[in-house]
Amino acid sequence: MDIFLQQLINGLVLGSVYALVALGYTMVYGILELINFAHGEITMMGALVALAVIGALALAAPGLPGVLVLGAGLAVAIPVCVALGLVIERVAYRPLRNAPRLAPLITAIGVSIILQNVAMLIWGKQYIPFPAILPEGRHQVLGATVSDIQIAILVLAVLIMLALILVVQKTRLGRAMRATAQSRQVASLMGVDVNRVIAATFAIGSALAAVAGVMVSAYYGLAHYYMGFLLGLKAFSAAVLGGIGNLRGAMLGGLLLGLIESFGAGYIGDLTGGFLGSNYQDVFAFFVLIAVLVFRPSGLLGARLVERA
Amino acid sequence: MKRTPPRWLAFSLLALGLALLPFLVDAGMGRSWVRLLDLALLYVILALGLNIVVGYAGLLDLGYVAFYALGAYVYAWLASPHFGLHLPFWAVLPLGAALAALFGVLLGAPTLRLRGDYLAIVTLGFGEIIRIFMNNLNAPVNITNGPQGINLIDPVRLGSFSLNQPHRLFGVTFTGIHLTYYLFLLFTLMVIFISMRLEDSRIGRAWVAIREDEIAAAATGINTRNLKLLAFAMGATFGGLAGGLFASFQGFISPESFNLMESIMILCMIVLGGMGHIPGVIFGAVVLTLLPEALRYTGDWQRDLFGHVYVDPADLRMLLFGVALVAVMLYRPAGLLPSTRRRREFADAKG
Repeated sequence: MDIFLQQLINGLVLGSVYALVALGYTMVYGILELINFAHGEITMMGALVALAVIGALALAAPGLPGVLVLGAGLAVAIPVCVALGLVIERVAYRPLRNAPRLAPLITAIGVSIILQNVAMLIWGKQYIPFPAILPEGRHQVLGATVSDIQIAILVLAVLIMLALILVVQKTRLGRAMRATAQSRQVASLMGVDVNRVIAATFAIGSALAAVAGVMVSAYYGLAHYYMGFLLGLKAFSAAVLGGIGNLRGAMLGGLLLGLIESFGAGYIGDLTGGFLGSNYQDVFAFFVLIAVLVFRPSGLLGARLVERA
Repeated sequence: MKRTPPRWLAFSLLALGLALLPFLVDAGMGRSWVRLLDLALLYVILALGLNIVVGYAGLLDLGYVAFYALGAYVYAWLASPHFGLHLPFWAVLPLGAALAALFGVLLGAPTLRLRGDYLAIVTLGFGEIIRIFMNNLNAPVNITNGPQGINLIDPVRLGSFSLNQPHRLFGVTFTGIHLTYYLFLLFTLMVIFISMRLEDSRIGRAWVAIREDEIAAAATGINTRNLKLLAFAMGATFGGLAGGLFASFQGFISPESFNLMESIMILCMIVLGGMGHIPGVIFGAVVLTLLPEALRYTGDWQRDLFGHVYVDPADLRMLLFGVALVAVMLYRPAGLLPSTRRRREFADAKG
């Protein structure tokens, strides 16, 4: 029971980070039908920029409370990521909006290679440790251990997701985004500045990615120029699992993927009689993903895509 | 009126050029570039295989490298000391290609209903699953030797004629990589020929119809299910073939060679070159194989320009590679050598 609870908690924490990154994929996809391959790299950039600021502050002013230092890291990382997202959209995607569908996919791949290598040139190839600035408190809940960092990630992620739903459902910008997602052309005829809406979508997605990047590096205690690749891949899978283009789908998919992974790692050995170890946890996650898509071809919450001519 | 040289003349010049190419490259640029030439031919086979799935049938496949891996592992299992088997290459290569084709159908069958990006993520997952299995199937029974990979794979050998030793023929010394070039060229030409014949056949046109509009294609009586499966199987066959050739050429394989980035690279080759257009795909494959190597010279350029190497060329070349991908797509969104059909479509979309 305590193992079950422990895996549940780990899965929820991991899943809420996946969900934050998946939201960025799904928002962009909903509006542009573009897989923003560089999104994982934006997450990585957020983590590394924040770490650089945190490291510098921890050296310059060792007495500062950890939360403040972390806040400063985020305060720099978020604008940097937003700027990156906007530049990428402007340079690599906007000129190709009417091009064949695979062209922007290739520029996205190109941008993600560029970002990875820029990060490698700036920060090097080694793992960068997350300075011990946060309280290390651990709590026992029914036999499972929960750390302060885990609680903070979970609470923050839920708050951010609620805020995002509010923005999309209740504000003018949100309405414009939903209209643009339905039809770019009609939305622009109704007076929506489509370019601004798309830019705003990239900005919001990149800000979420920055936060998620900091969360991941705080959770695992390190960051790395290559961390965006796997994280992006998982988050994109999560977005597809939930039904890409659907905000609630991305949240559900992220949480589910986190749970599948952590339960997979915990139980796969017992399930297969020790034949497959926890190194197969990714296989397990992908199998579930494929199985779900075979039976629900547009994801769990995705609308049935009408065939486009 | 422009006068074109007769076809036979163009053909024989091309043949002569291809035959002499490894020696010219060897003399002009060094032995390592002949090796790259061999690799480039391998990628041409891979790119043409993926082109059938993505370019003709319009099925976005991000796990193509799985078939490449299967072909390579089949070759390694049947022709290396790993299991103590040493079957001849002409038996192993078709087996690898056939197994890859079977897996192509296995992947295709459950995914027939998926479209576009959903298909992309499933194929991607399939590729990762195969790679993770290759990485971990060294226990409890050692099948793939895990991350260490399989070593000492037999080279292509016919009787006592082995491709990893130099041979003297007609007074000219052919080293292993030269001979490999001719072998790969032979297979490449075969794959090009098959692709060309497919393109203009009923099957090829049915694939294009499916790519353009699946419902309309089905309405005109095309069996979309069988044809999509055939596309997966054909593409996988070429992938498996290339895998076998790769294993024999390297003599060593490990799961590292078959990661997602490799699939993405092959996709980049066909999109960059010009999807669905054979000369474009060949061009894209050759350019993208040689470009990262050519970018190693950035160290020399830095020395010439600034008298000092500021950035390690090994670190810089992937960055420049990324820049090149973005730049080509921005200036030529339909690819470097698009087919006339796509060029027209793109002009329509723009206007």
